Amino acid sequence: MLFFKNHKKFKKITYSLGLLLVLSLLFVSPVKSEDLNDEEFAVLLKQLTQKKFRKKQVAIENLQAVSHPKLKAVYQALLGSKLFYIKKTKQVVYAEKSEAGYVISNVFSNESLGEVSKRKVQKISINNKIRTAIRASLASLSLSDPDSNVRLLAVQDMMKDMSDLASSALKARLSIEQNEDVKEAIEIALALLTLNSEIKQVKLDSIKKLSKSLNPIVKSSISKLLEKNANGEYVEDEDVRLAAKKALDTITTGLKFYGFVETLFFGLSLGSVLLLSAIGLAITFGVMGVINMAHGELMMLGAYTTYVIQLLMPNSIEYSLLVAIPVAFLVSGFVGILIERGCLKYLYGRPLETLLATFGISLILQQTVRTIFTPLNRAVETPEWMSGAWQINEALSITYNRFYVIIFSLIVFTILLLILKRTSLGLHIRAVSQNRSMAKAMGVRSEWVDALTFGLGSGIAGVAGVALSQLTNVGPNLGQAYIIDSFMVVVFGGVGNLWGTFVGAMSLGVVNKFLEPWSGAVLAKIIVLVFIILFIQKRPRGLFPQKGRAAEH
Amino acid sequence: MERKSVLVSMLADDRGGRIFLSILAVVAVLVPVLNLMVSDTSALHVPTYLVTLMGKYLCYALLAIALDLVWGYCGILSLGHGAFFALGGYAMGMYLMRQIGDRGVYGNPDLPDFMVFLDWKELPWYWFGFDQFWFAAIMIMLVPGLLAFVFGWLAFRSRVTGVYLSIITQALTYALMLAFFRNEMGFGGNNGLTDFKDILGFNLQSDGTRIGLFLLSALALALGYLVSRYIVNSKLGRVTVAIRDAEDRARFVGYKVESFKLWVFVFSAVLAGIAGALYVPQVGIINPGEFSPLISIELVVWVAVGGRGFLYGAVMGAIIVNFAKSYFTAAFPEVWLFALGALFVLVTIFLPRGIVGLLEKIKQNKKEKSDAKEQVA
Repeated sequence: MLFFKNHKKFKKITYSLGLLLVLSLLFVSPVKSEDLNDEEFAVLLKQLTQKKFRKKQVAIENLQAVSHPKLKAVYQALLGSKLFYIKKTKQVVYAEKSEAGYVISNVFSNESLGEVSKRKVQKISINNKIRTAIRASLASLSLSDPDSNVRLLAVQDMMKDMSDLASSALKARLSIEQNEDVKEAIEIALALLTLNSEIKQVKLDSIKKLSKSLNPIVKSSISKLLEKNANGEYVEDEDVRLAAKKALDTITTGLKFYGFVETLFFGLSLGSVLLLSAIGLAITFGVMGVINMAHGELMMLGAYTTYVIQLLMPNSIEYSLLVAIPVAFLVSGFVGILIERGCLKYLYGRPLETLLATFGISLILQQTVRTIFTPLNRAVETPEWMSGAWQINEALSITYNRFYVIIFSLIVFTILLLILKRTSLGLHIRAVSQNRSMAKAMGVRSEWVDALTFGLGSGIAGVAGVALSQLTNVGPNLGQAYIIDSFMVVVFGGVGNLWGTFVGAMSLGVVNKFLEPWSGAVLAKIIVLVFIILFIQKRPRGLFPQKGRAAEH
Repeated sequence: MERKSVLVSMLADDRGGRIFLSILAVVAVLVPVLNLMVSDTSALHVPTYLVTLMGKYLCYALLAIALDLVWGYCGILSLGHGAFFALGGYAMGMYLMRQIGDRGVYGNPDLPDFMVFLDWKELPWYWFGFDQFWFAAIMIMLVPGLLAFVFGWLAFRSRVTGVYLSIITQALTYALMLAFFRNEMGFGGNNGLTDFKDILGFNLQSDGTRIGLFLLSALALALGYLVSRYIVNSKLGRVTVAIRDAEDRARFVGYKVESFKLWVFVFSAVLAGIAGALYVPQVGIINPGEFSPLISIELVVWVAVGGRGFLYGAVMGAIIVNFAKSYFTAAFPEVWLFALGALFVLVTIFLPRGIVGLLEKIKQNKKEKSDAKEQVA
C-alpha cells in the first residue's frame, strides 16, 4: 500500500478529515453507497475537471459516497498524476506520456484512444489535502475489498498510524469480517490503540493480546512502555512493566525463531544452488578423475538455452521452464560429449592437463556466447507461478523462486541417485569408477561409459543453468561465479560420493548464510574458503572419502 | 674462484640457458641505447612505453620461472601463484604509496588518499615501516614467503597432492582477492594502490627511471634464472624431480618429501613476490584483480606453452604468450579469448612438454637417425 507511505507528513487535521471520510464511507458502505452505472459515474468524474481545488474536493466527496468498479483505478491514476481530461469535451481519460504528447485511454474500458498532442489534454492536479482524502478512501476501499489479502494489507497499513477514527473504522469492519487472519490483524491493531488507555486492566489486556503479534510496530510500542522519562522515572507502573517485559520477551523469541527459520531457508536455498552446480562436477570428477573447469560454462549454456526458449515461445512463458529443462540437458550434455570425445579422451591419466584443457574450452565457450549474445546480461523472465513470496506471517516470508529451486535440486539429486543405483548405465559407471581395468575385463565398454558419464554430468550442469537463470543475471560470466564454489563443495564433501556432495553443499550454504549477518557477505565467503582450505589439511579426501582399493590412487 | 667455477660448470651443459642469457644481455644493452641515444625520428628508436612493456614481460618471465620451479620440477601445480606475485606487488605499492607523502589529491601527509576518502583517522598498524625502502624490500620477500610457508606446511604435511592441491591454491588466491576487494582491509579496496610519484627519490615518469627499472628487471630475471638453475642442478633439485616422478618412492627411500616440497614452494613464492614488486612501479598500479584465479591460470599456460621442466622454456612461454596477448587484444580483441582457449587445448594435447619439448624431440630424432646411419655404416 504505497498510498500511505507519506502519511506522517500531513497535518493531523487533514488526516482526521481523511479518516472522517473513510468513516462515513465505512458506515454507509454496505447500505448507502449506490452502484452507479457508467454514465452516472462519468458525470461525477466530470466534476473533477473544475479548476478550483475546493470544488475538486467536493467532487471527491461525491465520489466517496458512491461505488463503482473503476473507482479504485481512478483514485490510483489521480495519485499517480495519470488522470487527464480532454479540454474540448471534458472527458476524463488516463494518459501516459509519449514522445509526441500523450497516449490516452478510456477510463471505463481501458481502450486506447490514440495519441494526442500536449495541448489537447489537461492534467487533473490535486493538492495535499485532496491527496490525503484519496489515500484514506483507497484504504477504506481496500478494507472492504473482496480479496482478504488486500484487506489484511490495509489493516497493517492503518496500524502504522493509529487514531481514534481509524479504530472506529476497524471496529466497524471487525463486526462483519469473516476471514480469521484479517480479524486477528484488526484485533491487534485495536489492541495497539487501547495500549495507551488510562485504565490499567485494559492496558494489561491489550499487552497480552499484542504479545501474539510479530509486527515491528507492536514491538516498538511495547518497548516504549519500559522506557524512562526525562526525570529517570519509569513511565508505567510495575505491573504494566512486568507484563510488557513478558510480552516483549515472547515477541523477541518469536522474531528470533522466525529469523532463524528465514536464515535457514536462505542457507538451504544457497545450498541447493551449490548442490545443483556441484553434482554434475562430482560425477565427472569422481568417476573419471577429470577436473572439468568448463563446468560453469556448461551451466551458462543451460541458462542461455532458457533465454532462447523464452524467445521462441514468448506467449507461454509459464511453460517455458518446463521445456527448457530437457532442452538444456540435451544441449549441455551434447556439448559435454563433444568435449569428451574431441579433447579429454587424449588426456586420461593426466588430471592436471585436463584441468588446463577444460579451462581453455571454458574460455572458448565464454567468448562464443559473448560473440553470439553480446556481453550484456540477458533478461530471463520468471513465470508467474515462480514470482512473488509466500507470506507465512509478519516475520517470515518465503520467495517462491528460491523455494522451487530447493525442491528442484532435491528432485534432480534423487533422479541422479536413482540413475546411478538402478540403471545399467549407473552400474557401469560405478564399475568403471571403482576399478577401470577390471570393469573392462568384464566387458564394460569403458570409453562409452566415459562419454556418457561426461554427458550426464554436463547435462546436469545445463539443468542447473536453468535454475540459475531464475536467480541471477544471465551473462557470459555466469559460470565463473560458481565454478570455485562448486569445486569447494566437491572437495569438501568427498570425491565420488553423491551424498557427500549433498551434505557438503547444504552445510556450506547454511554456514555461509548464518555467518553473513555477523560478518558481512564477502567476509563470510572468505571465512568459508579458509575453513575449507584448513579442513582439507585435516581430511585430504573430504568429509566422506571413497573407500576400497580404488581410493588408493 | 670457487663461485665462478660453479657458474661455468652449471652453464656448460645448459645450452638453452646460455642462449637465453646472451639474448637477455643483448636486449638489456640494446634497448636503453636505442631509447636514449637514438633520436625520436629514427626508425630504430625504442619509445619509452615499449621499454616499460618489455620490463613488464621480464617480470612475467621471472614469475613463470617461479611457477616452473614448483610445477615443472616438483609436480605441484599451483593455481594460486598470482597471489604471491600480487602480494609482492602490494608490498611495493605500499612503499610507493608512502612516498607520495602530501602530494596526493587530499594533501594529507600521514594518510594515503583512499584512507582520507574513507575517513580513516590513523594509519593501520600494518602500514608502519613501509615508508622505509629496506623494510618494504624485506616485506616483498617475507610476506609471500610466509604465506607459502604456512600454506605449504599445512598442505604438504597432510599430503594434499595433485588436483586437490591445485584447487585449494585456487581457493587461496580467490579468498585473497575477495579480501583485498574489501575497503575495510586498508589496501585501497577495488581501486587498489595507484597514482605513484617516485621510487627512492627518482621520478617514476621519467625515462631514466623507467630504463633503470627495466634493467633491474632484466638483472632480477638473470639472477633468478641462475639461482633456479643452480637449485635444479643441485642435489636438492634432483630430489624434487624424483618427488615429481614418484613421490611415494622418494619417501620410502628416506627423503623427507614435505620439507623438500616446502622449501621449493617457499623459494618460488619469494621469487614471484620479487617479480610482482618490480612489476608494480612499471605499470603504476596494483589492484585486487591481480589475485583473480584467471591470472594464475594464464600463468600456468605460459609455462605450459614454453615447456615446463625447462627454466628457459618458461621464460620463452611467458614472453611469447604475452606478446601475442598485447598484439591480439589491440588488433582483434574478439579473437584473443578464442586464441588463448585454443592454445590451452592444443598445447595440452599436442605439446605436453611445450615448445622446448618439441624442439628437444626433433633434435633427438635427428640424433637417433644419424646414430642409426652410423651403425649401418
